[in-house]
Amino acid sequence: MFALLRKDLQIEFRTKETLASLLLLGLLTLVVLSFAFDPTSELRSEAAPGALWVAVIFAGVLGLNRSFLAERENDCMQGILLCPVDRGTIYLAKTAGNFVFMMVAQLFIVPIFIFFFNLAVTPALGAVFLTLALGVLGFAAIGTLFAAISVRTRAREVLLPLLMLPLVVPIFIAGVRITGHLLAGKPLAEVAPWMNLMVGFDAIFLIVGWLVFEYAVEE
Amino acid sequence: MRRFADTILPAATFVVMVAALYMVFVYVPSDREQGIIQRVFYFHVPLAIMGFVAFGTVAVASILFLWRGTRVWDRLAHSAAEVGMVFCSLVLITGPIWARPAWGTWWTWDARLTTTLILWLIYAAYLMLRSVSGPGDQGARYAAVLGIVGAVDIPIINRSVYWWRTIHPAVLVTRTGGTGLSDPRMQATFGICFLAFFLLFLLLLKVRNESFRLRDALDELHQQALTSS
Repeated sequence: MFALLRKDLQIEFRTKETLASLLLLGLLTLVVLSFAFDPTSELRSEAAPGALWVAVIFAGVLGLNRSFLAERENDCMQGILLCPVDRGTIYLAKTAGNFVFMMVAQLFIVPIFIFFFNLAVTPALGAVFLTLALGVLGFAAIGTLFAAISVRTRAREVLLPLLMLPLVVPIFIAGVRITGHLLAGKPLAEVAPWMNLMVGFDAIFLIVGWLVFEYAVEE
Repeated sequence: MRRFADTILPAATFVVMVAALYMVFVYVPSDREQGIIQRVFYFHVPLAIMGFVAFGTVAVASILFLWRGTRVWDRLAHSAAEVGMVFCSLVLITGPIWARPAWGTWWTWDARLTTTLILWLIYAAYLMLRSVSGPGDQGARYAAVLGIVGAVDIPIINRSVYWWRTIHPAVLVTRTGGTGLSDPRMQATFGICFLAFFLLFLLLLKVRNESFRLRDALDELHQQALTSS
């Protein structure tokens, strides 16, 4: 598993293609969404958590789409499937790789977000990062499974968001709720049920993905 | 069994559906508070229940397909998804027709409404996935994966939208209409309507299932012809 993960990370850090496009898309989403709200209005800070999560989702879908493209183009998937490991292990390695990419992207997207939405830099941001990590893990768990599927259909890139977005609705709602709460300066304990929901979602779909991944990649 | 499916089922569906229409439009009295609009309830609720049954069928058939690998389960999952999609769409159409006069708005982000909408989106994606992955076992497996993941997700979605709405200040008192079916004529109408949509569900499921079976058989013949020539 770690060999597979290292392979993905190595390719990425040599080319930096996915990461660069992820970052740019995240940045663009935040800029475009900034135009959606009057810069002087009160509504702006209300809408901030939503804007952040939309940026995370868009960037995530893009990154996930790319994660199996390279394997397909050079027929590397065959090689990976020939590895003497369980299909579930391949899934976990791929998910971990996607999770790392998306989290690295967050390290850049969140400061841009703070910058554009004029937010105070407070210790609450640590908790925001924790929330993002949980959310991104959920996206990666669902997204890796369906990216493996969508890359081998005729529709390819178009299909992944269609499959994925309805399924990650709980993550999105929970993420926006918790982030809004934290940015308003309230303690994390008050949103504990939402945190539990996210943790539960992540755990369930990591297990489901691990179980059914073999059907998604079988020839 | 064949005879039942080919002749009795369509005939029974027709008769009961006509009876249901008569009861809804002529026989049953209007609700005292809500007036005539409450009658849409007799279509809305059976459609919703059968829609959920259809999506449940998709999930069970998907699991059985991945487990057993026989095409029968795949065909059942596919036809149930299509019929469920029709029913779910009708639920989303009849709902707002009722909600506009009763609640004063077409749509509200009530937990039940939101869940139904997301459900619709998931199965729209399911049918989309079916159509772009083509016939054959590979596409069937992909669809089954989505069928299972979707079914696992639905309770979580429901939980999240429920919390989302209750934490949010509620604009409207969300209450499904027609819970008070006090009049026995109303209860009878509801029963007949439910039976009508249950039969319609079985009929549509059977028709779609049959056409998928024929398509599979045709594919097989095609394959045989190609290999022998």
